Amino acid sequence: MLFVAIFAQFAVGGLTLVGLRRRPALAAALGVVVLACSAVLVAARGIGGAETSSYSVRWLPILGFNLNVQLDGFAVVMALLVSVLGAAVLVYSLAYFEHDGTYARFVGLFMAFAGSMFGLVLAEDLFTMFVFWELTSVWSFLLIGLNDKSTSARQAAVRALLTTGAGGLCLLAGVGILQVQYGTTSFSELLAAGPSGNFAHAAAILLLLGAFTKSAQFPFHFWLPGAMAAPTPVSAYLHSATMVKAGIVLLARTSPIFADVGVWRWWVVVAGVVTMVLGGWRALREVDAKLVLAYSTVSQLGLLTVLFGVGNRYATYAGVAHIVAHAIFKVGLFLGVGVIDHEIGTRDVSKIGAARRAMPTTTLAMVLSLLSMAGIIPLLGFATKEKALVALLDLERDAVGVVALAGVVVGSVLSVAYSIRLLRAVLRSDVAPERSQVAAHSSVDADHHSSVAVRIALSGPVVVAAAVSLAAGLTAATVGSWLVAPSKSLDVNAVSKLALWPGINDALITSAIVIAVGAVIGWRAPLSQSATSAATGERVFDGLYDTTMRLAKRITAVTQSGSLPIYVGVTLLVAAGALVAGLVIDAPRLTGGVSWGSPLEALVSIVAMVLAVGVAVARPRFAGALFLGGVGYAIAVLFAMRGAPDLATTQLLVETLTIVVFLLALRSMTQKTGTHVGWTPRVLRLGIAVGVGIVVPLFLLAARASRIRPSPAQEYFARSLDEAGGRNVVNVILVDFRGFDTMGEIVVLAVAALGVVNLVRRAAR
Amino acid sequence: MKMRSSAILSELVDRWLTKVATLIAVYVTFRGHNAPGGGFAGGLLLGAAFVLQFLAGDEPSIRRRPIRNPEMLLGVGLLAAFGTTLAPLIAGGSPLESYIWKLDVPVIGEVKFVSSTLFDLGVFAVVVAVVLMILRALGTEGAGVSAHRGRAASRDQGGAPR
Repeated sequence: MLFVAIFAQFAVGGLTLVGLRRRPALAAALGVVVLACSAVLVAARGIGGAETSSYSVRWLPILGFNLNVQLDGFAVVMALLVSVLGAAVLVYSLAYFEHDGTYARFVGLFMAFAGSMFGLVLAEDLFTMFVFWELTSVWSFLLIGLNDKSTSARQAAVRALLTTGAGGLCLLAGVGILQVQYGTTSFSELLAAGPSGNFAHAAAILLLLGAFTKSAQFPFHFWLPGAMAAPTPVSAYLHSATMVKAGIVLLARTSPIFADVGVWRWWVVVAGVVTMVLGGWRALREVDAKLVLAYSTVSQLGLLTVLFGVGNRYATYAGVAHIVAHAIFKVGLFLGVGVIDHEIGTRDVSKIGAARRAMPTTTLAMVLSLLSMAGIIPLLGFATKEKALVALLDLERDAVGVVALAGVVVGSVLSVAYSIRLLRAVLRSDVAPERSQVAAHSSVDADHHSSVAVRIALSGPVVVAAAVSLAAGLTAATVGSWLVAPSKSLDVNAVSKLALWPGINDALITSAIVIAVGAVIGWRAPLSQSATSAATGERVFDGLYDTTMRLAKRITAVTQSGSLPIYVGVTLLVAAGALVAGLVIDAPRLTGGVSWGSPLEALVSIVAMVLAVGVAVARPRFAGALFLGGVGYAIAVLFAMRGAPDLATTQLLVETLTIVVFLLALRSMTQKTGTHVGWTPRVLRLGIAVGVGIVVPLFLLAARASRIRPSPAQEYFARSLDEAGGRNVVNVILVDFRGFDTMGEIVVLAVAALGVVNLVRRAAR
Repeated sequence: MKMRSSAILSELVDRWLTKVATLIAVYVTFRGHNAPGGGFAGGLLLGAAFVLQFLAGDEPSIRRRPIRNPEMLLGVGLLAAFGTTLAPLIAGGSPLESYIWKLDVPVIGEVKFVSSTLFDLGVFAVVVAVVLMILRALGTEGAGVSAHRGRAASRDQGGAPR
């Protein structure tokens, strides 16, 4: 059933891209229905039954890989987030986009992404997770670059793809190591195996690299703000609520397995803390409201990383709860900023206050979500942030624990500060809407304003998200009890509960101080800031990228000199060198494998040799080409005499065509071969030719003389008719037994033909 | 490479050669499974016929005929080969696994069809396309270089540099 859900989401995506291009709204509606059904399915299966249900599809039996999904508590929570938020964002997008080709592409990619993400959170083993993981990277790339006419969007998409793609490769390597070492990549089986030692350490580091690139942890955090080039629905869904949580999901699943392996805990905590503080700091300084939210996402992801990294029983629970809280308030905020952008045409924090009067409901909803982000009672964000502090205060006061606690406190101060700063921006009443922008925008949006349905679709999800934050905060105890099972599915020891009013304790006091300090900083932080320079990470990335490209060009310039004599000379020398090495090292017998054949064969051979000499000495190119053809024909005759009609036929035809091609090409060359060929001296060329001419026959003699196993021909003869239904073994080998080789060969042929066509075309210009 | 005088020959070649050659080439391709032949040889055979037609005919014939869009043929051929390779995966087999179908056709008798024949047809198409593409690229200046120089300085196809 779960696979049906995943498949249905992909199917809607594919259908939109192929069949429903003209009717994107219909496709989106279909998508909403599918996502809603998936959510219901997950809820019905997951919440009711206490035991985990798992499903498997056989795939790649040769490698022992199957697609395994399971619906344990954590998967239920994540799958619900993915499907419910997906449906909400899709509803929103109906009003947000113009219904043109771009929207159709958006819906298609969006649904494909939803399907991949759904699969990712349900994955029961690392391999399955990896497959969906890579898919989400690809969809994310395409969605960031949705506006393919914008250079900056394309660049951001490439940065995101290369960063997450590199992380994906690390993840694959880690999965490979685990599969080889422990024969499984299943989370539960790995936990039972209890990996330790160098291989486990290497795998752990690789997994962390994967998780950190995907979830934008320092120093890979730079791609996420860049990804904001995507339309708001994409940012809200992929780059805040779901995809960037993939790394967190991986951490959550693997932390119980690797928590005690090597650098795991240290690295996770330090990366998380640095990311949280850095993201918070940047969020406090950005002017574009969307970038503020992007950096706040980076910061919150840092917090989640810390929570899952420290591996404390309270921390895991707090992490699960905060994933939920963050997804809800952040989606509301992103979509809210999108609405403001849509209405007044700006996201500048010093100007968005102008939207307050036009849309009081949306503004109120955003205020609630902001308060949730700041962690103010009675919203859900308060309860979960509180839990995080409780968990970190409960840690042992060793170095890791202190770093984690101190970092999270500083990070929390910053997150209160940027929330309050944004709050102030939203509530600011002293900005008048800029006439020009409003005018320019309202003409585009004329029909939007007229429709109530459009307004509901736009602000509905924002309001609902805020309402959920509030309602869940008020009923924190009940909501908290639902999250116990999901936490236990990650870590059997996980316990805790949420509460609206936890009573006065260390955490509450810390929290009060954090809020007070943060509020002051946030209130005093300037809304307009001089333009910030590009993020350092981005510059480092671009530097690396450019250097790689330059290096590639240099290497190409050195290795591809464009001189035919050099190409041929190098190729022949390397080949001959390898053969000589074989002859010298093994020192095989040279005689014993030779059959002399008939006098007629000897005659043909002599003819071939004479013709070959002719090729070398003939001055007119035309004659040389004909001699070469003659050699080929003579060899074809030898093939025929030796009982290889297939080879003979092919050789004959190839020679014929080659001569024609030669003659066609010769028309545009000088009549005679040159005496002076660049800087390859004649002696050198002669030496190479003679040397290769001696080595190759010697090697062939040795090869024939030293056969130690029977020829595989017998086996092919035996299998040919039964298995492949053919009596011509040569052909059966080509199309069946060694079909992969043939496929490679025809691809080479095709590429060569394309090369010839393009070379000729370019030369003609 | 001399034209004009051999009008009858070129007429014959134009009219019949490619048709007969196609027939033979396809036959060679199909018989390849049990007797000498196969997609590669078949493709080369048809390619050789095209070359002959090209050599015998007027220059534009290569562009007008025999197959307008060899790039398309190339793609179709590659797809056929890839498809045959990957199709068994869908059916739960391993790549390139052969499936053998036997049909009882009235009058003709039992006809055996092996799935790898499709692969061979892909090879066939690729080879034909490659020959045509190279021929077109190198040969657009025409069979009679001297005779057709003026007309053959073609606009779009380019030609061998001089």
